[in-house]
Amino acid sequence: MGLLSKKDAALIKDPLTDNNPITIQVLGICSALAITAELEASIVMSISVLFVMGVGNVVISLMRNIIPSKIRIIAQLIVVATLVIIVDLVLKAFAYELSKTLSVFVGLIITNCIIMGRFEAFALGNGPWRSFLDGIGNALGYAVILIIVGFFRELLGSGTLLGIPVLGDPIEKTGLYSIGYENNGFMLLSPMALIVVGIIIWIQRTRNKDLVED
Amino acid sequence: MEKRTDKNSYTIIFAIGMVLVVGSLLAYLASSLKPRISENQRLEKQQNILYAMGINDNDETSAVFISTDKAPEAFASNVKDQLVITVDASGKVVKKQTRDEYFQETKQEPYLIDVKKQQASAKNGGERKLPLFVGENKEGKKVYVAPIYGKGLWDAIWGYVAMDENMVVQGAYFDHKGETPGLGANIKQRYFMDDFYGEHLLTSNGAFKGITVAKGNADPKNNDKTDNEVDAIAGATITGDGVSAMIKKDLKLYKPYFDNLKTQMN
Repeated sequence: MGLLSKKDAALIKDPLTDNNPITIQVLGICSALAITAELEASIVMSISVLFVMGVGNVVISLMRNIIPSKIRIIAQLIVVATLVIIVDLVLKAFAYELSKTLSVFVGLIITNCIIMGRFEAFALGNGPWRSFLDGIGNALGYAVILIIVGFFRELLGSGTLLGIPVLGDPIEKTGLYSIGYENNGFMLLSPMALIVVGIIIWIQRTRNKDLVED
Repeated sequence: MEKRTDKNSYTIIFAIGMVLVVGSLLAYLASSLKPRISENQRLEKQQNILYAMGINDNDETSAVFISTDKAPEAFASNVKDQLVITVDASGKVVKKQTRDEYFQETKQEPYLIDVKKQQASAKNGGERKLPLFVGENKEGKKVYVAPIYGKGLWDAIWGYVAMDENMVVQGAYFDHKGETPGLGANIKQRYFMDDFYGEHLLTSNGAFKGITVAKGNADPKNNDKTDNEVDAIAGATITGDGVSAMIKKDLKLYKPYFDNLKTQMN
């Protein structure tokens, strides 16, 4: 990465692997459970969070010297809520169809602890550029897990990917279903998202022993 | 040394300042964008009603509305009349108005009647206005579209159901405010809405039964149209129950109108 110094590049790279917001920092678990029943919803949520994290981290970083420490959490909450509401209003006025798709995610983004977590842990103590990179990095790390979980839940739960049947027709019994394969309806429910996240954590810690806590 | 930003006076001034800035920014944006937003919502209602009537740009798998620039024209030519049936709290018909009569009285288009407010009025023992849009679908068949409104798992759900004079569903559109993406939110997917087509709202002896979104009805392809059931969505039980409930509660009120229509026709 010629564009970024080694330290800056780490801000993008670390959250993707050894400092992943979901599997290591345990932030953003709620939305990882709630909306990963389908791959498409996972992708939309990932893009929305990427946007809000990038912009939000920069705004908080610019305000870091004027925010009073006693009310910093509520100030962060106001910033993220304002950002999301502005985007929602503008979309409703100028891109109504898109806003219909995204409106259900608005509430999920405001309360997403990964956003508050990065504001508090990083943007309050670092400059705008580094905060921007941190926001993008963590949002990408979040996206990776969401997409992996969404992929497996949709594939095993509904036999489709992005709504397209990939394993055959479960009612007509074609494809895999003709040899007795069945969709696992349990994959569509939240507990299975937790188990998939658990398996990812297990694989990650087996590969990198440094991450294992005593 | 204490930092400047740690002082109580600074904290209070900061809080007040932030609320003022954010509050006025949001208020300004909301009020300046309001005309555009309500225009979008008005067109969406027309698109919804047309969708239920079968006038849409659907491709093979996904639900696509007729485009917004064509919607007003299509609405004007396909919706022949917008009836307003007023019922009292017990469901008895008090009066029936055509679109023109209603517009003269209230200066409001019947398709903009807020179903939620009408439900609240009926709940408090008042009258309820039931809009019914009479039009022709693509095959030239006469259909009657009624709006419905209810509760899903997290928030409001609503829709439009097109029926023929025997209360057999000719098309349905559902929407929601905040159901879970991938689960309850799928009520607005084609595979769910299309299941309602041809489904009977009445039993074989003519009593109103509605349509139940049923788990394990052993008819996932929905071949049996007279069982008053459609197949539910896995993982979306409460949203599905909400759909059944709003169909039962709201469409039942239209039954007297259709009874009357039949006696007139015979």
